[in-house]
Amino acid sequence: MHGTMQPVQNGQPKGKPAVIAQHEPKPGVIARREAILAGLRRILPETGVIGEELRLKPYETDGLAAYRQPPLAVALPETTEQVAAVMAFCHQEGVRVVPRGAGTSLSGGALPMADSVVLGLMRMNRILEIDYADRLAVVQAGVTNIGITNAVQSNGFFYAPDPSSQLACMIGGNVMMNSGGAHCLRYGVTANNLLGLKIVTVEGEILEIGGSYCDTAGYDWLGLITGSEGQLAIVTEVTVRILRSPEGQRAMLAAFDGIEIAGACVDAIISSGIIPVALEFMDKPCIHACEAFAHAGYPMDAEAMLIIEVEGSVAEQDDLLGRIKDICRKFNPLSLKVSSSAEESLAIWKGRKGAFGAVGRISPDYLCMDGTIPTSRLPEVLRRIGEMSRACGLGVANVFHAGDGNLHPLIMFDANDPASFHAAETFGADILKLCVEVGGCLTGEHGVGVEKRDLMNVQFTETELDQQRRIKSAFDPEWLLNPSKVFPLKLPAHLTAPMAAE
Amino acid sequence: MLAAPADESALAADIADAHAAGDPVWVCGRETKASLLRPVQAARTVSTRDITGVTLYSPSELIFSARAGTPVSEIETMLAEQGQHMIAEPPDFSALLGSDSTQTIGGVVATNLSGPRRIAWGATRDHIMGVRAVNGTGEVIRAGGRVLKNVTGLDVCKLLTGSHGTLAVMTEVTLKVLPAPERRATLAIGGLDPVKGVAALAAALGSPYAVSAAAYLPAAAAARLPVVAWLGGPVTIMRIEDFAPSVVYRTDRLRCDLAAFGTGEILDDGATRSLWSAVRDAAPLAAAQEHAVWRISVRPSAGPGVANALEQAFGARWFLDWGGGLVWVAGPATAAAHAEVCRVSREAHGSWMLFRGPESMRASTELIPAEAAPLARISQRVKAAFDPKGILNPGRMRAVL
Repeated sequence: MHGTMQPVQNGQPKGKPAVIAQHEPKPGVIARREAILAGLRRILPETGVIGEELRLKPYETDGLAAYRQPPLAVALPETTEQVAAVMAFCHQEGVRVVPRGAGTSLSGGALPMADSVVLGLMRMNRILEIDYADRLAVVQAGVTNIGITNAVQSNGFFYAPDPSSQLACMIGGNVMMNSGGAHCLRYGVTANNLLGLKIVTVEGEILEIGGSYCDTAGYDWLGLITGSEGQLAIVTEVTVRILRSPEGQRAMLAAFDGIEIAGACVDAIISSGIIPVALEFMDKPCIHACEAFAHAGYPMDAEAMLIIEVEGSVAEQDDLLGRIKDICRKFNPLSLKVSSSAEESLAIWKGRKGAFGAVGRISPDYLCMDGTIPTSRLPEVLRRIGEMSRACGLGVANVFHAGDGNLHPLIMFDANDPASFHAAETFGADILKLCVEVGGCLTGEHGVGVEKRDLMNVQFTETELDQQRRIKSAFDPEWLLNPSKVFPLKLPAHLTAPMAAE
Repeated sequence: MLAAPADESALAADIADAHAAGDPVWVCGRETKASLLRPVQAARTVSTRDITGVTLYSPSELIFSARAGTPVSEIETMLAEQGQHMIAEPPDFSALLGSDSTQTIGGVVATNLSGPRRIAWGATRDHIMGVRAVNGTGEVIRAGGRVLKNVTGLDVCKLLTGSHGTLAVMTEVTLKVLPAPERRATLAIGGLDPVKGVAALAAALGSPYAVSAAAYLPAAAAARLPVVAWLGGPVTIMRIEDFAPSVVYRTDRLRCDLAAFGTGEILDDGATRSLWSAVRDAAPLAAAQEHAVWRISVRPSAGPGVANALEQAFGARWFLDWGGGLVWVAGPATAAAHAEVCRVSREAHGSWMLFRGPESMRASTELIPAEAAPLARISQRVKAAFDPKGILNPGRMRAVL
């Protein structure tokens, strides 16, 4: 089946529609649509089931708005028990389920299928427990990422992973995508900041995974489910670690006249034994786009710029920034600027955090890529991305979590021009293939979703993909959970015959 | 039949052969932790001990890869030469388990054992970035990679970490490392009862001073460690590791902030190293090899209650790591004591594992908590997804797996 896919901007489809392949919808499910809606209405309150075409619209896409497909229905449960009842019902009816948090996925992780029920967790938005002595919080899946920090910051605590979408994205989605952020180098990604989950299986069973302590004996279900992109179970509650905030933090800028030089400087900082809490790298097109937007005093003549943040007391910040400045000076920086106040640090970060939007201001549309590379290969990778850019005639701006190798090339294109859109998609795929070629991976933090599904065999052998498919089958034997994502469309052997028969 | 293949492809051939024959396989490295969990009855042994060597070390990328049989000591030496260390501080349980001390990196990953730094910096499973492994049919599979951020596909690395060789035989692992600290110091407060001690640990871990380890040693445990025995009575200890000026500043601030709990002593770098090695290796409980040892993980504030209940029940010797959340317990190797550990841990909503015990005890009972029925069914199916004939370490984690 082919959903309509149109390049969009500001939520409005434009240009010539393109297509994304999904599994064939089950005709039997489409035909029973009214009965399925009625069944859901027996489980959920009146306002918790959406079936009208117009009201399904907001659910037909996510942060990867190029792809659109209205679902069969939307279910909005308010409790774990309601989730379990919906899952049991869908399982019994053979209905596919697409879980959804805030719909901010950049890889199409929440893209519906025509015969699917979208299970929206946004009404499960309560914080159930905060325990400062044991340094944990128990929250429902629909609590926003920033909502956790907001709830604990008056006591001097925070929740560490900070994806760019943190104002909107929800913790359930963070768990499903194993979200990262700019401070992973010091604090880890979502998987490193969890203690327990409450999940609902595809059959509608409620299970506790982990708890309020470290390291459950037995298989690491917590680790496996985190980042599983809705393939294994539905997450309804999350127990997260909360951390005490540092005494303070301060950022500095270092600008260089070559990408290689900046890369070598990053290596030297890490090799010196300093792990900054953040170490961000921007190339010249990105610096220019961000400066036009944030007026942060970014050096316009630089080929590459680092944002380096340290934390601790003021004296500790001075000590660390002093050590870092000494290292940077060995690489003939064009400029070194240490923030002298919280406001200056904020301005420095405003440019970086707004990088995607800033590129959006200078180009009609952009694709945000997300591969990881060994940091030592950065100069070579950026050089080859530059060559590809010239060859296909599309601009690219690069922002890079330099400490952990996570690269975000922003490919600029014009969605009104189908050829431009097609070229951008090809360019993006080529960048990700390059990431794998140099020893990296297809996605560092955005997930595979539908976007990178068909590139999975660039990174994995068929044997390895089959091993992963068998794990999914162990949780979801009939492949009802978020199908058409993560894996190339080939179904495991045990499903091919009945699917074809239906 | 013992096989110690020299490389991954030979190991894969051995496993494929065992799979074809339907023969159970005892999967091991150098067997330093063979006495953990349930004994395996197997016609064949496949060891990774001869699959050795570091295949990648990039200090500026904070990453190394090593074949499974590489001794941990070799890796630690290699890292130390570049001023780096393994983040989860893998323990050396040779004294506790009465084995030799040549543990392999594959063994550390397969058991997911972590030391005191776990409470602040995560477990071994948090730093595993990639694996190569052979599943129960003899297929070679890779998962993860050699980069620090990777969400491509299901996280098979974490699933295999801590799976005790029951899903696949790991042949190579890639781990994140960090710079070793320039200096270490410990704040030690004497004389607190367990509840006050754990409250002090909570205050320390909840401070902005990046405490990297937090433990409570009751008087009997502290008396066994010369670096703190001189304080007399129970000792509450907190470690700070950082650049030298920060260690001075942070230990001083921490001592002031915790003044209400008592006057703290600062232990220097050397004393700190020796103290936390002892805590890491559960040295206070190593003696009396005839005693069973359990490892219980609970919410930190529940640690003192669990310890007290087991002390009352069977005179348990114990101490607390991980801010109070890891309860190390020693006591008689009896079914009654084990049942008491299970009951008390379950009531505290925690997890447990019999860590040392005679083979007869380990063969006759479940050593870790049972899973809820729907999860147990998933476990069986995941096991079959890797090892359809159930030949890899059968019965090791659970009688039915």
